[in-house]
Amino acid sequence: MRKILLVIAIGLLTINAVFAQVKVGDSAPDFKLINTNYTSVALSDYNSEEGVILIFTCNHCPYAKFYEERINKLHQTYAPKAYPVIAINPNDSVQYKTDAFSHMVKKGYGFPYLLDNKGIFKAYGATKTPHVFLLHKADDGFKVAYIGAIDDSPQDENQVKTKYLEDAIAALKQGKEVNPSLTKAIGCSIKPFK
Amino acid sequence: MPEITTADLLNRVQSNEDTIYVVNFWATWCHPCIEELPVFSSDRLQQWTKPTKVLLVSLDFKSQKDKQLLPFIRDKKVSHEVMLLDEGNPNEWIDKIDKNWSGAIPATIIYHQDKTVFHEGELDIDGLVEMINRIN
Repeated sequence: MRKILLVIAIGLLTINAVFAQVKVGDSAPDFKLINTNYTSVALSDYNSEEGVILIFTCNHCPYAKFYEERINKLHQTYAPKAYPVIAINPNDSVQYKTDAFSHMVKKGYGFPYLLDNKGIFKAYGATKTPHVFLLHKADDGFKVAYIGAIDDSPQDENQVKTKYLEDAIAALKQGKEVNPSLTKAIGCSIKPFK
Repeated sequence: MPEITTADLLNRVQSNEDTIYVVNFWATWCHPCIEELPVFSSDRLQQWTKPTKVLLVSLDFKSQKDKQLLPFIRDKKVSHEVMLLDEGNPNEWIDKIDKNWSGAIPATIIYHQDKTVFHEGELDIDGLVEMINRIN
């Protein structure tokens, strides 16, 4: 009996220690979260789209601020092409005051900006803001097609050489392999609701 | 304040000397980084016979070096060596530090001779001591 308990305890420790992140090709975890217009938005509401640009982002982080305008433009460009943006703020406003819901409402984005008070970022394995997960609709639901950065120049849009996210969407639309399907970017650690 | 590339940093820390290098990636705009900073000044980092050297690698924006970073170091009396990272595309340099780093800061990597231990996210002093014990 003691041995069995020990095995279970070790199992739990391992689960805790490993930071699970969805991988490219995995099913996208569903969510239903409150939007800034006080309605709920679920991933399953988007089943008629080809895909979704899911971005964990926030108000306070300078890197998130660098990308605000670019995210607006992404939605304007890709919503009509069946890849709309959904933004999710995973931060607790006790930790970051300007990440409070009232400040999210003030942004007035043209796409849903959802408050993650359910820890959905953990299901995706998002670690920071901004952190992009490009989802592609398959017959059996949304799959993760790309994880990482929007482009290669956070601080200066004029210096962008590679638009990783847009390249990934273009590849999906052409039925090609997404490459790279994983990129790295600097961002602010997520401070979630306790 | 020196501006360094990842190559400069790796050159500095990957030596055969006895020193244990504790490298922390932080920025003045990063709240958890600021909360974490006192950990690197703990007396408990002096418990090993080998010397420990803390390097604070700032990811502050160059444009804010004079306005933000230098005053912070002066006002908070930061005694560790601070350097400003001078790099371009994050997707190219983050992996050079550690393949397991997603890019969130704070992040800490410890170098001792040819060994490294990496941690992404805020550390408390127990966590930092445990990392050093693993490499020492």
